[in-house]
Amino acid sequence: MPLKSPDELEQLRTKILEERKAQGEKKGIVLCTGTGCRGAGASEVFDAFKKALGKKSAIEFKSTCCHGFCERGPITIVEPLGIFYQGVTPADVPQIIAETVTKGQVIEKLLYRDPATGQTIPTEKAIPFYTKQNRLVFGNNRHLDPTRIEDYMAMGGYKALVKALFHMSPEEVIEEIKRSGLRGRGGGGFPAGRKWESCRKAHGDIKYVICNCDEGDPGAYMDRSLMEGNPHSVLEGMLIGAYAIGSSEGYVYVRNEYPLAVENVGIAIEQATKMGLLGKDILGSGFDFSLVINKGGGAFVAGESSALMASIEGYVAEPRAKHIHMTESGLWERPTNLNNVETWANVPVIIEKGADWYASIGTQGSKGTKIFSLVGKINNTGLIEVPMGMTLREIVYDIGGGIPGGKRFKAVQTGGPSGGCIPESLLDLPVDFDELTKAGSMMGSGGMIVMDESTCMVDVAKYFMHFLKDESCGKCTSCRDGTLRMYEVLDAITKGKGKEGDIEFLEEIGWMTAEASLCALGGSAANPVLSTIRYFRDEYEAHISAKRCPAGVCTELITFTIDPKACIACGKCRKGCPTEAITGEKKVPHKIVQAKCIKCGTCREVCPSDAVKVA
Amino acid sequence: MSHKKELIKFQIDGLTVEAEKGQMLLPAALEYGFEIPHLCYHEAVSPYGACRLCLVEVTKRGRTMMTTSCNYPVDAGLDVATNTENVQRARQMILELLLARAPHSEKIRAMARDAGVEETRFRVIEDADDCILCGLCERVCREVVGANALTFVNRGDRREVAPPFGDPIACIACGACVYVCPTDCIKMKEEGDERTIVRWKRTLKMQPCQSCGKPFAPVFQLNWIIERAQLPKDFYALCPVCRKTKKG
Amino acid sequence: MTGAQLENILKKHDYQKSSLLAILQDVQALDNYLPRKTLEAMSQRLQVPLTQIYYLATFYRAFSLTPRGDHLVTVCTGTACHVKGAATILNTLERELAVQPGETTSDKKYTLETVNCLGSCALAPLVVLDGHYHGRMVGTKVLSLLKGDKKDASKKS
Repeated sequence: MPLKSPDELEQLRTKILEERKAQGEKKGIVLCTGTGCRGAGASEVFDAFKKALGKKSAIEFKSTCCHGFCERGPITIVEPLGIFYQGVTPADVPQIIAETVTKGQVIEKLLYRDPATGQTIPTEKAIPFYTKQNRLVFGNNRHLDPTRIEDYMAMGGYKALVKALFHMSPEEVIEEIKRSGLRGRGGGGFPAGRKWESCRKAHGDIKYVICNCDEGDPGAYMDRSLMEGNPHSVLEGMLIGAYAIGSSEGYVYVRNEYPLAVENVGIAIEQATKMGLLGKDILGSGFDFSLVINKGGGAFVAGESSALMASIEGYVAEPRAKHIHMTESGLWERPTNLNNVETWANVPVIIEKGADWYASIGTQGSKGTKIFSLVGKINNTGLIEVPMGMTLREIVYDIGGGIPGGKRFKAVQTGGPSGGCIPESLLDLPVDFDELTKAGSMMGSGGMIVMDESTCMVDVAKYFMHFLKDESCGKCTSCRDGTLRMYEVLDAITKGKGKEGDIEFLEEIGWMTAEASLCALGGSAANPVLSTIRYFRDEYEAHISAKRCPAGVCTELITFTIDPKACIACGKCRKGCPTEAITGEKKVPHKIVQAKCIKCGTCREVCPSDAVKVA
Repeated sequence: MSHKKELIKFQIDGLTVEAEKGQMLLPAALEYGFEIPHLCYHEAVSPYGACRLCLVEVTKRGRTMMTTSCNYPVDAGLDVATNTENVQRARQMILELLLARAPHSEKIRAMARDAGVEETRFRVIEDADDCILCGLCERVCREVVGANALTFVNRGDRREVAPPFGDPIACIACGACVYVCPTDCIKMKEEGDERTIVRWKRTLKMQPCQSCGKPFAPVFQLNWIIERAQLPKDFYALCPVCRKTKKG
Repeated sequence: MTGAQLENILKKHDYQKSSLLAILQDVQALDNYLPRKTLEAMSQRLQVPLTQIYYLATFYRAFSLTPRGDHLVTVCTGTACHVKGAATILNTLERELAVQPGETTSDKKYTLETVNCLGSCALAPLVVLDGHYHGRMVGTKVLSLLKGDKKDASKKS
């Protein structure tokens, strides 16, 4: 039965909360089955719990999406004590139920051990990865089964919608968002309130709102985790935005590679529709709003707003000239307001807690928190949410736990293929929209790929140009051929065929690509090249002049040798070598025949005594 | 739909010009005799902005940006500069890129020379066929002819123009693409009673004129027009020359 | 794909031209590729030029115009996987299967593909074999993964 008024919504919420209270502090198990944990085997753990628990409901078993600490997945939390278990396998399940759930005993071997102190930490709250975070938007994931709207209700869900619909005019909502200082989390950082305002003021009866979940930056997956883990928060944000703008139709455009996000947002839309939170005359307010899901086709450029709209219309995702703003003429040439997942998810928080409170978090120009995906050469891979303005050093070392294997930090790549690499000298940079741009990178959607001394920065630049020449729509000569040609020059450099003047040539092509291209993909395509030249010029020069790859990555510039002193002549490398390039016999140190070596690295990988050297 | 033409004034290289509001900048500038190089623009089809040669610098409300002029709608008070240092620099690099794709195109070589570019520093693309992916052939085939025989295929650096599945089944061999191609990379030849559009590998038999006996247009094309325009079946019995003399 | 199957898909999308992308996805899901005949029939039924459909089919990564192999091996080449050695994994697979990304082995057993990030960066470098994620890959591991699968495949056939 659809809810017909705010009162009915509150009655339902009270009922849900009372039912839960009546059951008392229930013993429960929370298992993360987000994509990260699934990859680490959470589905099997899920099955094992289901089987072990059977149908008896004395123990509440909840499967949620991403909690953020993907490095340690699959993650299981035992309630009400909040015992945090990591790296759980199906074999651990009976013990968890028998000891922790039933008797409250902690299983030492499943606890997180702080690498700094060597101490085990029994609860989530005390783990350094979490303590420095401020999880306004992402924190609820841990408490929600995303397929149950009741869970969202119990957390106060759709309260902000009621506040907006019944206690605020659309103009007041826009004013609140403007005052909060919320900037778009999708990349550009455009002030959300101003965008809404111009869309509201645009002429036209039919207006659209769009949620961009075409998260294409490699190494960024916060939108996915929000959409999978807390889809109702995104819907609530869109509802509030649509009310403010004067729109009654919306689209959720989800990346093709995110099937679970499609599934969960689909369930959420269905449930919200059933409850009367989507559809006609929502909660008796007279406001109508409906949502359609579109699945992308696998194209990075579709994340560009005009390309995304072309895609929804059934065309190829080719960006269009935006001399007229999308807020005036967007989807089907009607006023359209597009924001990304994280931006929408911030809206209910702002409406509920107020703009002043929200604006008290963050920096002068960037308010609130930002979710980052901290990945690459970092100990604690995962999703983190921190106030804008936290320094890179705090993020990498305090939350990320530093670089694995005692290696030295080299750079953080932010902003995806549109961004750049930030060097060690800027580790104390407060991370916000403006500071990242000043450093020659950008916020993008929040990917942070950490690189260490064994990452070659020329190779990284080449990687991104390879990515972009593939992902450019191919329309503008400047972008299509600019990225292709930068790739060619970089490829030559990494193969020892670099020439004097190549760096300047790259800068020249990069400038043209940025200046002469239509959309933001081309406009920012040169950033990975220009920023690595800016901060790691010496690495370029080593490749070009000395024909040397200091990081030991570019295969044509390195040689693999076996240190006869370290070699224990076990024969593993000889057997593993795909080209029979290794000679040697028992008790005789092995040797690599350079002419046959394809530098695949197998020998180094299998060597038990670390005898294979790369130079 | 009729609406009053609203004429607006703006500046190009210091000269005050007048144009219809919303008209694209490139044709307006060309009308006044400004020389802005362009390859993917043609007045018969909608602007696309692919070649990027028609770049200009536009200052609007105090903000200057580089943009293609073929798809930039004019507005009152714009200040347009067609040949700034930045424009020249970008254009030179674009011409180098185009030269590497179309090394045999006399037109591009001449344009490059005019811009002070003698040769390209880029590797000339293997088997370069001179196509610069401007898309004029695709647009003329779709928008003007209506045959929809050609499309862009793939994306990024793998992009090309071709008939779907490489099969030119919808091509009527009218030659419009041959005519608009700025680099001359689409060739047409007629041998005996056959016409071939070489690039699309489309060969069609031509219809002989009932009067003079000379083959004058592909049978497939004539039938296609007759069907679409609902013309009498014998509408194209005569070639254009004979039809004229007969009428006259 | 039978005519009736296509008709069902078109009906599900209300014969909307704007749903072309979704329709193509349904066809791809059913047939594992986009057969030419189906695209031609779609063009007829929806009154959309085949050119527009073909451009969509070749523009987006999700589609394939040739049948894929029995097994799909996808190497994640996102940035986190790249800095952790995805290129080596990809090279190993290219060598072992003797195909380039996007290609299918001559015996039609394997199709090798790459994907730009699956958002499972904690598992980098990541290989997906028929939808199953295999994380923290190294060259030797990916070979045994493939060999294991080859054995299974021979058992099944």
